[in-house]
Amino acid sequence: MHGRPRKSATPVDENASALKAAKIRSLQSQFLQNHHNKMYKSYTKEALEINAKLIEVNPEFMTAWNYRKLAFEHSLSSQSEAEKGDSDHIKSIIDEELRVVENALRKNFKSYGAWHHRKWVVSKGNSSTERELRLLNLFQKQDTRNFHAWNYRRFIAGMKSISEEKELQFTTDMINDNFSNYSAWHNRSVLLSHLLEKKVEGYFPKETFLTEEYEFVRNAVFTDPDDQSGWFYHLWLLDQTIKLDMPILASFWPPPGSDLNVPIDLDANKATFPVILYFNEPVEGVSSQTITVQTEYDIHDNITWSPLSTNKFGCALAWVTHMRIPHEELDSSKTYQVKISSEHSQGITSLSGVSLNRPWSFAFTVSVCQHLQPAEGQSLGRLSLTDENFCTIDTNLNMTALLKSAFQFTNDDEQPTSSKWKSEIIASEISQYRELLSWAECKIGKLTLARLLVAYDAMITGTQFTPSIAEEVLQLLTELMKLDPPHYQYYKDEYSLILLKQIAVILQVTSSKESLLKYCWQYKESTSLNITGPTCLRLNSLSLSRIGSIEQLLWVQSLDLSHNQLHSIEGLEALQLLSCLNLSHNKLGSFMALDPLRFLKSLRILDISHNEIGAHTVDTKRYLCSSPLSHKVAFDKNFEEFANGDAKVMDFWEPFSIFGGLNLIQLDIMGNAAVDERFVLFLVKLLPALKWLNGEELH
Amino acid sequence: MGDLAAEKHAKYILLVEKRKDDVESVLMEHLRINGAYWGLTTLDILGKLEAVEQEKVVPWVMSCQHQSGGFGGNEGHDPHLLYTLSAIQILALFDKIEVLDIDKVSSYIASLQNEDGSFSGDIWGEIDTRFSYVAICSLALLHRLDRINVEKAVKYIISCKNLDGGFGCTPGAESHAGQIFCCIGALAIMGSLHYVDKDLLGWWLCERQVKSGGLNGRPEKLPDVCYSWWVLSSLIMIDRVHWIDKEKLVKFILDCQDIEKGGISDRPDDAVDVFHTYFGVAGLSLLEYPGLKAIDPAYALPVDVVNRIFLR
Ligand SMILES: [Zn+2]
Repeated sequence: MHGRPRKSATPVDENASALKAAKIRSLQSQFLQNHHNKMYKSYTKEALEINAKLIEVNPEFMTAWNYRKLAFEHSLSSQSEAEKGDSDHIKSIIDEELRVVENALRKNFKSYGAWHHRKWVVSKGNSSTERELRLLNLFQKQDTRNFHAWNYRRFIAGMKSISEEKELQFTTDMINDNFSNYSAWHNRSVLLSHLLEKKVEGYFPKETFLTEEYEFVRNAVFTDPDDQSGWFYHLWLLDQTIKLDMPILASFWPPPGSDLNVPIDLDANKATFPVILYFNEPVEGVSSQTITVQTEYDIHDNITWSPLSTNKFGCALAWVTHMRIPHEELDSSKTYQVKISSEHSQGITSLSGVSLNRPWSFAFTVSVCQHLQPAEGQSLGRLSLTDENFCTIDTNLNMTALLKSAFQFTNDDEQPTSSKWKSEIIASEISQYRELLSWAECKIGKLTLARLLVAYDAMITGTQFTPSIAEEVLQLLTELMKLDPPHYQYYKDEYSLILLKQIAVILQVTSSKESLLKYCWQYKESTSLNITGPTCLRLNSLSLSRIGSIEQLLWVQSLDLSHNQLHSIEGLEALQLLSCLNLSHNKLGSFMALDPLRFLKSLRILDISHNEIGAHTVDTKRYLCSSPLSHKVAFDKNFEEFANGDAKVMDFWEPFSIFGGLNLIQLDIMGNAAVDERFVLFLVKLLPALKWLNGEELH
Repeated sequence: MGDLAAEKHAKYILLVEKRKDDVESVLMEHLRINGAYWGLTTLDILGKLEAVEQEKVVPWVMSCQHQSGGFGGNEGHDPHLLYTLSAIQILALFDKIEVLDIDKVSSYIASLQNEDGSFSGDIWGEIDTRFSYVAICSLALLHRLDRINVEKAVKYIISCKNLDGGFGCTPGAESHAGQIFCCIGALAIMGSLHYVDKDLLGWWLCERQVKSGGLNGRPEKLPDVCYSWWVLSSLIMIDRVHWIDKEKLVKFILDCQDIEKGGISDRPDDAVDVFHTYFGVAGLSLLEYPGLKAIDPAYALPVDVVNRIFLR
């Protein structure tokens, strides 16, 4: 099916083909007849010959291999007494099988059936593994990338207990023959992973081996920078160099030492506040067993932690608990302390099963806000989230101080003490790649340099970001967009992440007046004198195609991401304080792209107008969100009740699952292909608390 | 390049179904049921499934079933998971899953799960993540995922993850786009894509696009139309498909058409076959080519068929 030239068959060709086809067909039917009659006839020599001929013309005929296995088992079990102890006899049976396999492999080196048959026969024992290695050396020279042969090699090496170091040498030899051998680099990473895991002498600590490997792969990449064979190996080495040996708590909310003044929700007559834990990688096991919450006066009990993610296995980057101030405390004026700590967090583990076992804690105070305020959006008119309705914040207000403290929660002592040798290795790689770029303009050089710079900076400065390095990385990514247009969006996404990190760090570290004024705004109707609502972080019109640095933004209550190029809002689910969100004029392509909003229980005002919802036939979120297709949730039977037999409403299963759990007061959704009159009626029915839809007041 | 020769491709597929006496068709006999799935799904995406008499297809599919509950590649052939999925998919296309003894088929599939969570393809014990996908996809379509240990099935697939974020057929085996599709598809169906490093794998997958616009299956290999499916569907499931140049890929696939006789080949000017015709048309559907039915990237069936099974 591969690599055959397209040409019209001549009558002579067709004749030859028909003749050959008839021959094969006859072999097939004879074989199948023998196969189905095997209960009555035993496996005769003639039957096996027909089988071998069939396999030779079509090694993919699986039933034919099965027949050989049956025959093999039959001849071993029906040996005469004399034959039983005779190893030569067994050997000759095995040899015959190996011969048939070898013929089949000569016909088709990629035949799954043939390779498996060989494995099956060899694992019965009694055959020479030396011969297998000889055969492999021969085959692997002819086709250095054949993954069946490499798999078989790992199988034989495992069976014969060939040392991993010996196999490692084999990959070195193969790469020295021709560095353009991805299969060999791959196998090298597998072998080295095992050696590292077992902390075999010479591979632990990693320093020496990493230095040598960097040099080895550098030779390959520098010889032909366009050859991909070494690219991924280099990235793997970088990961081996910088990765932490356990998950850590990356950030949290409320900020340490802060004084929370929690407003009472008048409608529900309750006061709650969230505590958010944000880890550097997804973890499971966050619970009242692993996290201790101490409060003065024992105000809170029954604390439950929930993962902020759509997987059903209870693992997430961010976890939240909503702490509720008990009813009898609502009119009390006391301020009390809350301490969140984890002494024994062994129960918190990463997806690869590594425990977070470093103690941490933070504390803040809580009081009930007695100054009654209407809940957001309740007694106000519609908020119009346009430029003229935002005014600059007063940097002299206390708010600046509050923002500043909110930014400074980053858990500095959780940063790994960066080993000197690690930063030295990376620094040396940086200079090597700068050198490469001085004589060759190549994309892998630029991309690798950008990655090395980011890794190096994180190692040296922790969560910060040296401005000059950020600028250089952004410059490299800009060049890559021009140099490699087919992958433009890949670089663009990376660019967006770096840009956001840069903004987050500028806000957090410097909290300079200029940066605050640039991104933090206050909502104020142009016609009114009143400032309303919380400070809005405005990251609009930045050409962002992706969002990141969420761990730095946990404090945000009002966020403007409008006029960007976002097709995903993955990560926003961690912003538990969010009450107002503007996503208008982006590229969100489906309702399922709004999946993170499900977790935002405080969200009241949402603008998703002018996106691409309903404009695509392919939904790239279909398997990342909660859906019966991925078996994360069952089909919601409430929906059938809601649809009430209206077949057209059945089409709205997705928006039902997204909006059904939200408490929106104001929603803008115009300018999306999915929105028509029928859909608007559906929304009005689904969201009874909604007061404003697409700019119009509902009654 | 020109447009998609939809009519010609439909004709080609209907013709191949009937062709019996050239070498190519005889050499396909052992996987005729896979061929039927490729052909029928292509016709459905092209909006031409009515051209097929399901009264003939459904009984033939059932004639491939073995007493164990599994299906063979053709009448009288031994059962295997690979053929069992195709049988279920064909029945799903015609909304005829109910003709199956669902418990019997699911028992056959579930019996092939091993202690470590992996799946054997049949009683002879070959283990491969392809069989994990096939088993999981089949059971999901039958609403019988509860018949296996899903947690172990996920763990086994994760144990096949490599340095590049991709997956191989067994632990330690090299990443390959076809194998990645199987692993990502199985994880997607089991709601477990959070185990995947989407950025790392996405970079590896988007680097499969070569200068001609086509996609290869491994680094430093030739592009091939069938990888349009394996790579694209994986990129879609992990939401990274915007990292490739879709227009160039559309052009590459269209360049592989036989404009005169219909059918699509692996590369421009090679001989066409049903396998590549299916992957070419399915790839174009994933690229939102106008006039084609949408295909689901995980179940490899038209979206309306999948929705009919899961969303009602
Ligand atoms: Zn192909």
